[in-house]
Amino acid sequence: MSGFDKVVGSYEEALAGLTDGMTIIAGGFGLCGIPENLIAEIKRIGAKELTIVSNNCGVDDFGLGLLLEDQQVKKMISSYVGENQLFMEQLLNGSLEVELTPQGTLAEKMRAGGAGIPAFYTATGYGTAVGDGKETKEFGGRNYILEESITGEFAIVKGWKADRYGNTIYRDTAMNFNPMAATAGKITVMEVEEIVEPGELDPCHIHTPGIYVDRLIQGTFEKRIEQRTLRAV
Amino acid sequence: MALTRDQMAQRVAAELENGFYVNLGIGIPTLVANFIADDVDVMLQSENGLLGMGEFPTEDEIDADMINAGKQTVTAVRGASIFSSAESFAMIRGGHVDLTVLGAFEVDTQGNIASYMIPGKLIKGMGGAMDLVAGADNIIVMMTHASKGGESKLLTKCSLPLTGAACIRKVLTDLAYLEIKDGKFHLLERAPGVSVEQIAELTEGELVIPAHVPEMQI
Repeated sequence: MSGFDKVVGSYEEALAGLTDGMTIIAGGFGLCGIPENLIAEIKRIGAKELTIVSNNCGVDDFGLGLLLEDQQVKKMISSYVGENQLFMEQLLNGSLEVELTPQGTLAEKMRAGGAGIPAFYTATGYGTAVGDGKETKEFGGRNYILEESITGEFAIVKGWKADRYGNTIYRDTAMNFNPMAATAGKITVMEVEEIVEPGELDPCHIHTPGIYVDRLIQGTFEKRIEQRTLRAV
Repeated sequence: MALTRDQMAQRVAAELENGFYVNLGIGIPTLVANFIADDVDVMLQSENGLLGMGEFPTEDEIDADMINAGKQTVTAVRGASIFSSAESFAMIRGGHVDLTVLGAFEVDTQGNIASYMIPGKLIKGMGGAMDLVAGADNIIVMMTHASKGGESKLLTKCSLPLTGAACIRKVLTDLAYLEIKDGKFHLLERAPGVSVEQIAELTEGELVIPAHVPEMQI
């Protein structure tokens, strides 16, 4: 069954073929469940003019914020941005473009893209700036806008455990956008905390079936916390 | 007296019913969780993908993989479930969440809401707010009735970019509890010690005042 072994030997190999001008779909919410080593590798490769589809854009020195340092990003498609100074600077000086997309619409754009659905109707954004210029249609007395789905040349995804075939389980809320991102890349690269042998994971506990995963690598993660909030004891 | 943030949260908490799945927006709405009655069980939904959000963690419990929609570290309650963001918004867009509470800059008599963007100021994005207002049937907007300068935020027509169109029916401000119906604000309750005249003066949109306006029970 070695034909299904997705494990690659290095981060260089994991992102081989990633070049200027590509669209990259990234999992993660804030700094939670982000493919941090794959992002660092994109910085090392130095590819520019990238379009990044991700709910957020990291912080100044971590996560996708790293790609702003060398102006590698042309466009961000996100629901909430601006946790970083560099981001705002590049937005204001015009070197960075942002397409603000409602969070649920963004998740659905990835899901639909990965499922071969080119567009879908949603009530989200109807009557707002998000709906400007988009086709509308009435169903059952309610108005909806047509949103196009998204796919990318690469998807970069963070899982918890995977077997060598790429069957992946996420951990807690680090799941977030990762399962949809995994379906929406022509080449999907999964980085995980632990790789096990096929058969070790219960098939009915798999979140992302290996069919979506093209390359798999085990990494070590900093897992930085953005808002450390504690309760008094 | 105008209600404090905690009193506003207390009033909204009285709308929670046993067995409700509830989404509380970032800001004042999160305070509602502090005033849930002991005999009322609710599950809090966090739109990144958690149903059954618990308290903030202790130092020992803190886990980078467990955060809420405000990116704060949290815990999960017993009986919680965790899922993808697409699943989370399917719940929201499919109308499965019983009550959504969120803040706003402005609302108007058509049920429009503006809550995510002030032109000329920093634009960070709408996050999940547009999905929440479009998907939920039962929404309570929590906001101050007027700006510090005394300008009404309950308008005939929102002046700021909209988060959602014709989707808001209930508004709890620091002065009053109102319903939006037939293109008008209807005064349901007033804050203790606040007169109907004070509310009318600070409500720019058309306001319907019934003969008797009960005082809120806080």
